[in-house]
Amino acid sequence: MASIDYPLERPDIEDTGWHFAENLYRWIATVDHKKLGLMYIVSALIFLCVAGVMAVVIRLQLAFPNGHVVDPDTYDRLFTMHGTTMVFLVGMPIVAGLSNYLVPLMIGARDMAFPRLNSFGFWIFLFGGLLLYYSYIGGSGLSGAGSAPDVGWFAYAPLTTKSFSRGHSVDYWALGVLVSGFGSIASAINVIATTISLRCPGMTLSKMPMFVWVMLVDAWLILIALPPLSAGQIMLLLDRYLGANFFNTQHGGSAVLWQHIFWIFGHPEVYILIFPAFAILSELVPIFSRKPLFGRPAMVGAVVAIGFISLGVWAHHMFAVGMTSWSNTFFAASSMLVGIPTGIKIFNWTATMYGGRIRLLTPMLFCCAFLLQFLVAGLTGIMLAVAPFDWQLHDSYFVVAHFHFTLAGGLVTALFGGFYYWYPKVAGRMYNETLAKWHFWLFIIGFNLTFIPLHFAGTLGMPRRIYTYAPGRGWEIWNQLASLGALMQAAAVTLFAWNVIYSAIKGEPAGDDPWDAWTLEWGTTSPPPEYNFEKLPVVRSSRPLWDLKHPNDPDWKYE
Amino acid sequence: MYAFLAWLQTHAEGLPEHRIANIFEPRSTPGDMERHIANLTLGITGIIFVVVGGLIVYTIWRFRRKPGDDSRQEPPQVYGSNQIEIAWTVIPILIVFILIGVSARVIAAIQNASPPHSTLKIRLIGHQWWWEVEYPDFKVKTANEIHVPVNADGHTATYLQLESLDVIHSFWVPQIAGKTDLIPNRVNYMWIDPKEAGIFFGNCAEYCGTQHANMLLRLVVQPQNEFNAWVAQQAQPAEANPVDPGVAQGKNMFESLACVNCHRVQGTTATGVFGPDLTHLMSRQTIGAGVLPMNHQNLRDWVNDPQNAKPGCFMPSMKLTDAELDQVVSYLESLR
Repeated sequence: MASIDYPLERPDIEDTGWHFAENLYRWIATVDHKKLGLMYIVSALIFLCVAGVMAVVIRLQLAFPNGHVVDPDTYDRLFTMHGTTMVFLVGMPIVAGLSNYLVPLMIGARDMAFPRLNSFGFWIFLFGGLLLYYSYIGGSGLSGAGSAPDVGWFAYAPLTTKSFSRGHSVDYWALGVLVSGFGSIASAINVIATTISLRCPGMTLSKMPMFVWVMLVDAWLILIALPPLSAGQIMLLLDRYLGANFFNTQHGGSAVLWQHIFWIFGHPEVYILIFPAFAILSELVPIFSRKPLFGRPAMVGAVVAIGFISLGVWAHHMFAVGMTSWSNTFFAASSMLVGIPTGIKIFNWTATMYGGRIRLLTPMLFCCAFLLQFLVAGLTGIMLAVAPFDWQLHDSYFVVAHFHFTLAGGLVTALFGGFYYWYPKVAGRMYNETLAKWHFWLFIIGFNLTFIPLHFAGTLGMPRRIYTYAPGRGWEIWNQLASLGALMQAAAVTLFAWNVIYSAIKGEPAGDDPWDAWTLEWGTTSPPPEYNFEKLPVVRSSRPLWDLKHPNDPDWKYE
Repeated sequence: MYAFLAWLQTHAEGLPEHRIANIFEPRSTPGDMERHIANLTLGITGIIFVVVGGLIVYTIWRFRRKPGDDSRQEPPQVYGSNQIEIAWTVIPILIVFILIGVSARVIAAIQNASPPHSTLKIRLIGHQWWWEVEYPDFKVKTANEIHVPVNADGHTATYLQLESLDVIHSFWVPQIAGKTDLIPNRVNYMWIDPKEAGIFFGNCAEYCGTQHANMLLRLVVQPQNEFNAWVAQQAQPAEANPVDPGVAQGKNMFESLACVNCHRVQGTTATGVFGPDLTHLMSRQTIGAGVLPMNHQNLRDWVNDPQNAKPGCFMPSMKLTDAELDQVVSYLESLR
């Protein structure tokens, strides 16, 4: 395919004949960052739907006391696979997919620094994901949900040792996640190399779009945080097959050691997952408010600070394991410190809107919902950081509500905004605004209806990960509301999927720059050609298209 | 039916039942300290929510684009302000330092408190999926229900030594105290001093396998004299040679089966340690760590097939005939 004369190829006016095998080959063999980015995102969305269906089954089971929708073992597999999928097969590929598609376009590059590594990363991630799901048909077969993992997404020792997890379910978890982790590490290295070495002329780090800054810090966090998890998983496999006994308490191993290793990865991980939301907000809020991002240097400082502090807070997941009062105090303090840079980010986004002319189109609506929901998540996070309060809340439904407010109310909400925002660039066509508004309201109402009540169930002593509960403990009403909300969210996501597919075929042509935006990706065609830019751009400020559109009042005069 | 059972249980013990385990209605010192700091935190975060949330909503509403606006006119471009950045950095720092200071005090007050002079010691051992409760000073063993005296004089406390024989579990009776994990190969401690007699509900709070949901726990807080009477009664061995012929037959049946491999009945040849001690089985309110209320029919169903009520638990169905079942149950019912 190297013989194709690129400048003549315009995907939007290409002949539409159905060359299935050829197209399939093109996608499989591609090293193009946009195709790989799209494949990452589409796989993530498919996994999101699968894990979403699991969530609906979980909510049906818990809708009423003594539920009988699934049996206990199946329920345990459901919440394990739901959590594992959402974190490793939705959150992580979303990070990789967004960086892949947008970073080269935003910094005016023709591709990522290592296109082949990029392709390797995607395929090894997908292989890891499919290996994990193969567990459903491996082992004891489909009835009884196969031998899917049933140890929870953080797989606490010694439940994962041979004595307590017979069969191969834990092996699928360890290997599947380990392998897909290699993909994330590959993608992180690539993002770092790309942003360091491929920025277009004039784009100093201080002029790099905020989105790219956040994804750069995110890539560093992945590079630092994932290897401990990989090491832990290898240790776990050594335990299971070679008698290493790191975590095998029956042979003198340590259960607490696993928790330290896991959360040294696991806490930076939740920031890794939320950073794409920060990145999206930092682009969308300025564009839809028609003002530059307020306090850019402070925003860069805040995201770097969050990155650093997040590496020193892991044991706030372990306040109940009986650490010394000094350790508990240290980790309570460091966890609360994260609140400061996070607060700075929320304040700066609000200040960006202040005095603007806010266009309340769907992408911006999702950003507004993000701000309020993420505020709640941040504040319940402060509550959990107060160790004595956490002794009550830990492992209860309050925690479930808290992290769904960060990841569904934060990450997923911002992602929907981001998807609608970049959809016209990727598809070349506009999404349907009416359907999108329906999606927004159904999702936001459904989400809050699900997760606000679960805070209350937690304060009434409902522990997480229980497959059933007896009536009369004050949990019924909260669980019923939550289940109702889950159904609304499912309907909302269906509308989203329909909108994405339908608009790709029947949507209005979008044009190159439908939002009147300021970053480089809007300076090329929609969808962008394989080489991105005919001529590499030269920039003088962090809003190059603003400078072009306002030659009398360019940004570089002020920056 | 359910209400009737609840009524029956409430009145059988003569103690009020606290089924609704609200962490904001504590009945013990650690729980009370946790509620105070929780209220302070809720107050502070509540104010932040109202102020910041209000600002966000106000900003969106005030600066939204209205239908008549000229779409081409851009608002004034403001890039930032160092004074404002400093202000909204310093204020959160001050709030965070207040919270850190208060947390440190409460952590130390709960974790480093030395037990008062009249302290009851209990060894609580987690199993998949039940609780073994041992009173080392009284040579008493029971399961799934922890009896402790009420702290009437302000100087009575119970010191719990938390261990696990298999995987990690977590002790949580929300109205009494926050949770502490039971971890194999490790010993944790915590103390409680319930100030009011009653039955407090709790759960295992760390996922521990298939039946994590039905690893329930009751804390029975009794006046000191009732507690003393309970301990004295529990320390008695079971009848070695029952006079009732039906019970004697049942005892023979029980001892001829694999029951004795896992269960102990003090004073008899049943010396198993994998399952709950059955010496005073009938003094307990529930079967199977809270999965069923204790009564004749439930006990019979449970012995017949435990997998029905608690699928996945380690007690197998012994496939007894109806007659054998009646004998075993009549023996179990003599263990008072």
